[in-house]
This record gives sequence, C-alpha cells and structure tokens, in this order.
Amino acid sequence: MNVIEVQDLHKTYGHGEATVRALDGVTATVPRGDYVAIMGSSGSGKSTLMNIIGCLDVPSSGTYRLDGVDVSELDESQLALVRNRKIGFIFQSFNLIARTSALANVELPLAYAGIKPKERRERALAALEMVGLTDRAAHDPNQLSGGQQQRVAIARALVTEPALLLADEPTGNLDSHSTEDVMGIFSELSGYGRTIVLITHEDDVAAAAKRVIRLRDGRII
Amino acid sequence: MSFIEIFKFALRGVGANKLRSGLTMLGILIGVGAVILLVAVGNGSAKAVEENLQALGTNQITVQGGRAGAKTGYSTDLTLDIAEALKDAPDVRSVSPLVTTSQTLTFGDSSHDVQQVIGTYPGYFTASNSPVAKGALFTQEDVDQAARVVVIGSSTATELFADTDPIGQRIGIGGQLFTVIGVLKEKGSAGFTNPDDTAIAPLPAVQRSLTGYGPINSIMIEAVDADSVSLAQAEVTAILNAKMHVTNTASAPYTIRNAAQLLATRTETAETFTVLLGAVAAISLLVGGIGITNIMMVTVTERTREIGIRKALGAPRRVILTQFLIEATLLSVVGGGLGALAAIAGASFTIAGVQPVVVPSSVALALGVSVAIGLFFGSYPASRAAGLRPIDALRYE
Repeated sequence: MNVIEVQDLHKTYGHGEATVRALDGVTATVPRGDYVAIMGSSGSGKSTLMNIIGCLDVPSSGTYRLDGVDVSELDESQLALVRNRKIGFIFQSFNLIARTSALANVELPLAYAGIKPKERRERALAALEMVGLTDRAAHDPNQLSGGQQQRVAIARALVTEPALLLADEPTGNLDSHSTEDVMGIFSELSGYGRTIVLITHEDDVAAAAKRVIRLRDGRII
Repeated sequence: MSFIEIFKFALRGVGANKLRSGLTMLGILIGVGAVILLVAVGNGSAKAVEENLQALGTNQITVQGGRAGAKTGYSTDLTLDIAEALKDAPDVRSVSPLVTTSQTLTFGDSSHDVQQVIGTYPGYFTASNSPVAKGALFTQEDVDQAARVVVIGSSTATELFADTDPIGQRIGIGGQLFTVIGVLKEKGSAGFTNPDDTAIAPLPAVQRSLTGYGPINSIMIEAVDADSVSLAQAEVTAILNAKMHVTNTASAPYTIRNAAQLLATRTETAETFTVLLGAVAAISLLVGGIGITNIMMVTVTERTREIGIRKALGAPRRVILTQFLIEATLLSVVGGGLGALAAIAGASFTIAGVQPVVVPSSVALALGVSVAIGLFFGSYPASRAAGLRPIDALRYE
C-alpha cells in the first residue's frame, strides 16, 4: 500500500507572462515504510511539493492520494483533520510554540485530536522518551538548544502515530553534532517501519535515506 | 477539543503579554467604570433633588401672581382679599400670602444679602415644611400687631452671626430693626436656590417697613392632606378665576403649581442629566472596545506564525476562532469586572457634592455590554486569524 501517490502534479503561480511553473508534471509514489529524500536546488519546486504533500497547499492540477484518500476533494476542516491524523510535520525552524513547555508542545496535536488529558500526557511522555528528552519535558523552547528543540518537534510529529513523517530541511538550522543526533533518530524511526519523506539539499543528509528523488525545474530527474 | 482546553490556550495568550493585556483591560475598565459611576452620580443627584423637594412640603400649592394677562383688563394682582377668599375652599388647611423682597441684613459689623426676605402668616411654616430648630416661630398675634420679629434660615444665621447665638438679637433688615426669635432647621439645596438662606417676618411688619402695601407676590396654600392636593388646586383655581374675573383660562394672570408637579419636573431634569452622563461614558466604553480590536489585530499579526503552526498540527478553524474570541472576551470581561468594582468603590465617595447611588441594572448592563464588546470587537481579528491559510501563516516572518 502506498502512503503517497501523486499523479501528473502541476502547480503554477501568477498569470500570463509572469506565470511560474513551480511543479511541471510530477508523478511519484512512496510505499509504506519507505524513507525518501527529495533533493533539489532552490527554485527546483521541492518546497512546493512538500507543501502539497503536507496538505498545506493544493495543486493547480493532478491528483494526490494520501494513505488512499484523494486529498483534492477535501474541504478545509477535513484537511485540518488529515494534517492532524495522517501527517507529522518537522520544520527547518522547529516551529515550537513559544512560552509553552516541551510536553505541552508535544501534547498539542493530541489536544486538537480531542484526546483526553491523561492519555495525552502518557503518549506525549512516551514520544519525548523516544527522542531522549524526558528530563526536559517541563522546559520552554527558549531553554532548549537547537538540537533539543528539533527533537521535541520530532516527538510532536510522532505522537499522533501519523502515516507520514514529513521533514522540511530538518537539519538546516543545526550544527553537525545535532544533525547526527536528528539523523540517528530518523534512521531509528525508519527501522521501526515509519514512512519518512525528507526534503534537503545536503548530500550527506540525503545519503541516510533509502532512496532519493531529485527535482529540477519542477520535474523529477 | 473541549472548551476548557481552548480557554486555557486563550488564558496563556492573554498572559503572554501582560503589559499589553493590562493596558487594553484598562481601556475597558475606564469605560465600564465611567458608565456605572456617572449613572450613579446622575441617579444620586436625582435622589437628592427628590428628597430635598419632599422636605419643602408635599401638600403645598403655590399661586404666583403674573403679568401674563396684563393687557386683558383683568385685575391681575394678587391681593390679601383674594388670599382671604381662598380660606373658604373645603380642602384647604391654611392660606399664607407672601411678599418677597431682597434685602441686606446687618448685625453689628457684618452684613449679608438675602434674596428671600418673606413677609407671611404663621401657616407658611407648616405649609412649606419649615420647622424651627432654635427659638420660636412667630404667631398670629405677632401678625395682628405687626410685630418686628423675624425667623431666619440656617445659612443666614451662620453668615450673619457666626458663633453668636442669634436668638434675641436685633438685626437690621433694609435699615429697619427686627428681633430674631427663631432659626429654621436646615433643608439642604434643591437646585439653584438655597432654601436655607431666608428671613421670614410677619406680613404686616414687612409691608409697613419694607415693601409697602402693594400687591402680594404669591400665596402658599396647604392642602388638607397629600391626596387632596389636586382637589384643593381645582377649588383654588375656581375661586381665583371668580375673584379675578378670568374668562379665558388659557391666559390667566396667575400661575398655580403644586409640589408634585415641581417634583416631576425636577426629577425629569435629573433623569435627562443621568442619560447624558451615561451617553458620555458609553463613548469611552466604545473607545475601549476599539482598543480591543486594535490590540487583537496586533496579536493576530504577531502570532501569525503560531497560528500557522497550530493549523499545520491540525487545529480546526473553529478552535482558532474560539481561542481568539475568548482572548478578546477575557480582556473585556476582566476589564469590565474590575471597572465595576472600581465604580462601586468610587461610589462610596461624594463626587461634585453628590452622593452617587449605584443603579444595579447599570452594573449588569455595563458587564453585559463589555462581554458583547469582547465578542463584537474580537470577532474581526479572530475570523482573520481563523481564515489564515496555513501555508501563508507559516511563511510569515
């Protein structure tokens, strides 16, 4: 079973002369348990692809099936539900909520899913343990190092048991030591059978993935 | 996701910038406080006027001589004859003709101008609800003998005598000597005139020494009881019309008023005053509400990225909307609550000579309005926050 199936995906910005073809006919599949790195220079369309895969943006044409569901037919509230249940986001700039403890940050997607506080807490603590930050649960993001913040973000992405972990340049803001930590966690998760899509422009990061999809000018090469 | 949890998010949002939240609440606090307090002041002054007017006597009817019918050829002046005739009316207890003059009172080296030097009969004291505080009132015998005795108001006594006991002292009124025999009990102000600044002497004595034997200025009539005031007024009107040969009642050469009418007029004025004060205060409440919109707009802009993160994590539109609406409402409700407390505390002080009386419904109204303001003025920023596309919100720096 494929987690991601994209068929002839197009995305254009602007009109007339100024039209930019960010995606120009992308077709790809990601089966369950795969660990894929999407590579490309800036302007290659990899961020656009990531936004569409993450249900943050909609394609101009083409179909996208996420975990068997045709996402283009969903309305906003259903998309919110899909983002909550099916996708775990990991961003370059961590995107933790400020002045909110690591534990509360990890609990947040569960809160939006309507899970009871007690269960939420147990699951969030388990996710934090998975990334090795149990002792930092009560710390606010500004009390954590970049690597620790990204690990909290990974815990937050994991906690809902999503079908897909989607990481956008997860090591872009990290030093080499923290990069190793984070990549180690990804490898471990992949070992447990998690489906991971990782967007990067660093070759050594992409090397950790099982396979690499390269984009140039909105097409797969 | 339960309401309580969204509420906790909102609470954290409000607490994130305490100074800003505090200043926004201050705007609502001042608005709500001003509405409650100013309405209380208006209400207090209305109550004070009412009480003071009641102190002036509620059974009284006043006939004022006028010049309205001067060109009709009627006999337009009130005379002692007319006053005597009014005594025949069955619902009238007493009739006191009044001559009023403005005179300078002197005692030793001190002098004091009194607008209301009144010449009348003893019945005036009961009709106008003016009991004596010290000394005695003059009697019918004093009137018959045109005795030069005078009863003065409490303000007049303070102005003229300071620490000296006025009873038995001889004072000059317009250069004529009168003996002070009594001081009236204090009444308190009922508007523009001070009823405590007065000097009352027997009618013939005032006429002989000060005003001359011309027409009398007004007649004060006391009805038998409060219920028969309108009956008495009708009888008095009939007698007056007959005595003064009035054919066209619309241009009668006198005006007749009773205390209840006076009370109604004054109360109406005070109510207008209250509405006016409330309206001014409501404007400051509106300004406070706009302050909420303003600060919530800033908050939404500032937290655009956070909203984007929440949406990426699957926050439904409804939850975001509710969170920001609660934040706005929290600001207005806490501000409004503190404003109500401040106003109630402030109402225990005398403001501009008025003891404010808090109107409970104004508290409820102001609080209700502050909730509505939070919802109304918060709805635009909240719907903007909820309507943000996650992709735009996440890109926002």
